[in-house]
Amino acid sequence: MVRYAIKRLLLIPVLLLVLSALIFSLVMFLSPYERLSVFIPNPDAAVAGVPFDELIERYGLDEPFYVQYYDWLRGVFHGNLGWSASARMPVSQALSRYFPATLELMLLSALLTFAGGIFLGTYAATHHDGLADQLARVGTSVGVSFPEFAFGLAALVIFYAWLGWFPPGRLSPWAKEVVHISEFNRYTGMNTLDAVLNGRLDILADSVRHLFLPALTYSIGLLSAVLRLMRSSLLETLGKDYVTTARAKGLRERVVIHKHARRNALLPVITLAGSIVARMLGGAVVVEVVFNYPGMGRFIVVAAQGLDFAAILGTSLLIGVFIIVVNLGIDFLYTILDPTVTLG
Amino acid sequence: MKAVSRLVRNPLGLVGLVLVSFWVIVAVIAPVIAPPQNPRDPYAIARIGFSSIPKPPSEQAVFGTTSGGYDIFYGIVWGSRTAFLVGLVVVSCTGLIGVVLGGLGAFKGGWADEVVMRITDLFMSFPFLIAVIVMSIVLGKGLDKIILALIVFGWRRYARVMRSEVLSVKERDYVSAAESLGAGRLRIFFRHVLPNSVFPVFVLATIDIGMMVRIAAALSFLGVGAEPGYADWGQMISFSRQWLMGIVGSPFHYWYTYTYPAIAILTFVLGWTLLGDALRDVLDPKMRTLTK
Repeated sequence: MVRYAIKRLLLIPVLLLVLSALIFSLVMFLSPYERLSVFIPNPDAAVAGVPFDELIERYGLDEPFYVQYYDWLRGVFHGNLGWSASARMPVSQALSRYFPATLELMLLSALLTFAGGIFLGTYAATHHDGLADQLARVGTSVGVSFPEFAFGLAALVIFYAWLGWFPPGRLSPWAKEVVHISEFNRYTGMNTLDAVLNGRLDILADSVRHLFLPALTYSIGLLSAVLRLMRSSLLETLGKDYVTTARAKGLRERVVIHKHARRNALLPVITLAGSIVARMLGGAVVVEVVFNYPGMGRFIVVAAQGLDFAAILGTSLLIGVFIIVVNLGIDFLYTILDPTVTLG
Repeated sequence: MKAVSRLVRNPLGLVGLVLVSFWVIVAVIAPVIAPPQNPRDPYAIARIGFSSIPKPPSEQAVFGTTSGGYDIFYGIVWGSRTAFLVGLVVVSCTGLIGVVLGGLGAFKGGWADEVVMRITDLFMSFPFLIAVIVMSIVLGKGLDKIILALIVFGWRRYARVMRSEVLSVKERDYVSAAESLGAGRLRIFFRHVLPNSVFPVFVLATIDIGMMVRIAAALSFLGVGAEPGYADWGQMISFSRQWLMGIVGSPFHYWYTYTYPAIAILTFVLGWTLLGDALRDVLDPKMRTLTK
């Protein structure tokens, strides 16, 4: 187990190196001029006075791939991810601001997705072919098919424009003022957690109010996917011999389902969890753009549209690390849930 | 034939079949129900006037028009062709790459399998949507760029599914039998292993047609897809975003600008999802006994 962990941990830098080289090579498709023009505030007006060739020479934009990649890598090891032209701040600073916002959103929707999906999936499977089960089958098919952005826009029209219940953004103006005063400590950068740590329940309520619609939009497709998997996996498990044995022993149905069947039925769901986290980061892009939520997903779209490659590379690196760490965690969770699985 | 009748007897599968057939018919008869203004460029949405404010449904435009006078009905009808184009091209290419790479890697085993799986891992360790966005930005705006980006990053799941199937099929008796009869490796792969392991790929592909259209629509929505005025459902929703909040006192004032394209995407994707689910029930005997 320890050997397996060390092997996996040693593989992380290799994976990241290849991943960043891949993204970097994508960047090289653009000419040095295109990449330079991102840093010039108003290219049209300034064209006459800008010494393009001199600047390209100075920043080594026409060097071969491996030289530029090496330079970038050296910067990363010194904690310098470059300057983000679209955010007008260093990439590392932008990420430390946007990552907690996205993480907060992801944690809330992961809670909705897994708690809701596992609970409802269990209910549907144990009431097989009943009304709830039929509803679940139809509902989840619609759920996985509904485009996130269309759902988000519908939610905006209904709950924001019409009913005025949930506002977009991250915090109301009054709450923003409170958060930025010096007595309010930003421990994590996540509004909900910081509000609890500072004992400000009004801020907590306000940030949850802002988080709710994006998190719901985010979760609807994933919750459906988890529900479907949980349902079919539990149905399969309920047909196994050891479940019949447990019932024959005279165990109560509750015990049979919760202790014998569900634990085993959870394994495919855990396997899916890794890819769900990856899909969540993708979904963050759409949801954050729809709700104008200042997180990492919106940051990378704005960066991509502005050809701000320092930002794209930095964000990609962070996402890569995040996904690898999550997958590692899932592997260990697996060994706890299923004693027959040994890592090594 | 038995499989088809079982498919039709499953109510959800039947709904899926009806939805997909509906869109097939719409796509086929598009030139009849929505004759293009310029026959050489039918994917440019027909314009009825040039008003900058959306117009509600009328006799001229049954679904209304968006700002710029674009006919919503025309966009929906020709958008179905775009949807089929994106779905079918992307899925057939990714399916083929995945089947060949994953299948041959697993069949050969050893280093080949290892190399293919490490590449798949690498592609898996990054969010699909973000990868596609970055790539299509680098390539430039347009639907063909999106299709290419979806293909480049989309094959990984097929390779995984195909691999696990081939790993189990290649141990079967009939494969050893063919080997002992002296059949060549390639012949064994294409005649015996491939036909017996490819069905899960079909199930995945059916569902994926809808999903790829969904993702392409999301990309258009984010502004990296089709140009405004191109018959593409995602682009139409993106274009109608500015009218989303309606006017003061009437939040649903411009409902037709976003409702029709949203319904089009939802029914298209839902149709393929339901069809794929039903197909899995039919093809997977283990699931069949469960859903009886």
